Amino acid sequence: HGHWEPPKDGEEIYVTFIDKDGDEHKIAVNKGDNLLTIAQGNDIEMEGKYTGCILRGEVNKQPGACEGSCSCSTCHVIVEDETMYDKIPEATDDENDMLDLAFGLTETSRLGCQIEMTKELDGLRVKLPSMTRNLQASDFSKKS
Amino acid sequence: MAVIGSGPAGFYTAYKVMSKIENSVVDMYEHLPVPFGLVRFGVAPDHPEVKNCQDKFEEVAESPRFNFVGNISIGDDVGALPLRSLLPHYDAILFAYGASRDRTLGIPGEDTLKGIYSARAFVGWYNGLPEYSDLAPDLTLGEEAVVVGQGNVALDVTRILLQDTSVLKSTDITENAIETLQKSKVRRVRVVGRRGPMQAAFTIKEIRELMNLPSVEFEPVNGSLIPEDLKGLPRPSRRIMEVIKKGSKATEPTKKWSLDFCLSPKAFDASPTIHSQLGSVSFEKTTLNPDPFDPNARAIGTSQMVDISSSLAFRSIGYKSEPLAEFSELNIPFNDKSGTIPNDHLGRVVNEDGLVTPLKGMYCAGWVKRGPTGVIASTMADAFQTADSVAEDWHSHAAFLNSVDNEALGWDGVKQEAEKKGLRRVSWQDWKRIDAEERRRGSAQGKEREKFTKVEDMLAVLD
Ligand SMILES: Cc1cc2nc3c(=O)[nH]c(=O)nc-3n(C[C@H](O)[C@H](O)[C@H](O)COP(=O)(O)OP(=O)(O)OC[C@H]3O[C@@H](n4cnc5c(N)ncnc54)[C@H](O)[C@@H]3O)c2cc1C
Ligand code: FES
Repeated sequence: HGHWEPPKDGEEIYVTFIDKDGDEHKIAVNKGDNLLTIAQGNDIEMEGKYTGCILRGEVNKQPGACEGSCSCSTCHVIVEDETMYDKIPEATDDENDMLDLAFGLTETSRLGCQIEMTKELDGLRVKLPSMTRNLQASDFSKKS
Repeated sequence: MAVIGSGPAGFYTAYKVMSKIENSVVDMYEHLPVPFGLVRFGVAPDHPEVKNCQDKFEEVAESPRFNFVGNISIGDDVGALPLRSLLPHYDAILFAYGASRDRTLGIPGEDTLKGIYSARAFVGWYNGLPEYSDLAPDLTLGEEAVVVGQGNVALDVTRILLQDTSVLKSTDITENAIETLQKSKVRRVRVVGRRGPMQAAFTIKEIRELMNLPSVEFEPVNGSLIPEDLKGLPRPSRRIMEVIKKGSKATEPTKKWSLDFCLSPKAFDASPTIHSQLGSVSFEKTTLNPDPFDPNARAIGTSQMVDISSSLAFRSIGYKSEPLAEFSELNIPFNDKSGTIPNDHLGRVVNEDGLVTPLKGMYCAGWVKRGPTGVIASTMADAFQTADSVAEDWHSHAAFLNSVDNEALGWDGVKQEAEKKGLRRVSWQDWKRIDAEERRRGSAQGKEREKFTKVEDMLAVLD
């Protein structure tokens, strides 16, 4: 998992990530790519942008904590446009359960690892919420 | 930077510090020969996807700028390395040693009767934590079990007790735990909390999982504790209430569980026949003030008592961090009440002197920073915040620890003292050999891995 390849000529569809500083990253992608893999393959940190980060000469990848298996909510994105949001296949209970723990949940929130790009979603724009205030997200062993 | 602890907090901080500070080197000290903290010893075996974060940690550990110093505990025990001996050789120290104690109820019978286990011990035992390899819980004394506490750990314990062992068999649960669970007579688990469903600490995924167990029935909850109209609730609590109201899907249940609200534990009572053994747990009924639907409502005692008979009880009311042995001697603060290292909320260790003076070169992250709550995602966010502080301080030339000759030698400077004390360091390559051996043992039984549950056995792989 985590491997991403740019699309072949003529087969591009586009997705734009808007990071927490408001900077836009428009990326040409393949049909079937999911948003987490795209972000990882393009050096986009979903919890907020930073640059110049090189670990062992590799591009710095967004650590979707559960590697896209719908169990962590670190890949939370907010779909900018409601009509576009409606075009995305509905979230499963599992996805909604994880979203409930995401900080800054909105009506058009989704998990990036669960959104696959399709022709219909060409031109999708998603915002990356800041994760830093996610701290109260859930309670693991709090006194009841 | 020296990182103390190899759980998510240590790894995510290391990752971001190494990315943000050019040429930075991280040495990670871990008291066990094996890494990953609660990802290995806490997270339930039937949640393998949660452990995928280990892939990221592997990537970090493979960097030539990262050194794993496993099997070396920081402290003043005989087999430990004092914190004092690290200080001269690092610019910065990160405390990421988690919470290695658990909270107690402090009620009669708790420490004396057989049949009472802390969730931390039970979870550690089924996950192969060496500290509890000999726990040998007896699950054959009766059909009933009581879990005190209603957080996600309590639900993990409940699920492990009720889950079909055929499902667990292929996970990395220890063979010993499987054998014990196969013999278990437990058929009914009550998960008891002082407050109501609207105040409970569990999250929806764990509740839903229990509701979906094919042969386990959920006993409906007292409806008066759930708002009649769920529409007005915030989405997360609305969805939890919906799942609780809907209940379980089990068609031919052989086992049962319930959420028992508004009961505060007062005593563990001995069995009338075997006086050293738990026979029942007595609870005081509570009411919720100001009202049951207020998420911050408090439980108030009513003096009305309820006895639940059970020969088995699990205490799951939270984990607790402790200061390292030399903290007071080295003037490193610790807040005993909250069980955390005082910090500026951005991970810089501070003296709580009203002025909030940062201690140079000292940082904290994870459960020891913000208390023992929160999932891996929140630990990640928190660790990144600390790493940002380290990088910010470094790039703004803030004061760090004074290293000898102005050059931090790191492990090379510490090594001698460790050798003198006869300590044996386990490197990342060593861990990979232990890892490979665990996987090999597991694959023979159709499992992901069969963990070593004793430190000697882990080290024997390396001889
Ligand atoms: C039972 C249980 C189940 C959980 N399940 C989930 C789940 O399903 N999903 C999820 O997202 N989160 C889960 N969590 C929460 C998650 O495990 C924590 O958020 C996270 O592990 C905290 O990370 P940490 O690095 O602060 O501490 P830890 O993971 O505890 O790491 C601390 C490390 O420090 C080491 N150490 C301690 N003292 C010393 C010392 N003196 N010297 C050297 N090393 C030392 C320890 O051995 C340990 O390896 C669970 C927690 C528990 C308790
Ligand atoms: S990466 Fe964990 S939920 Fe998407």
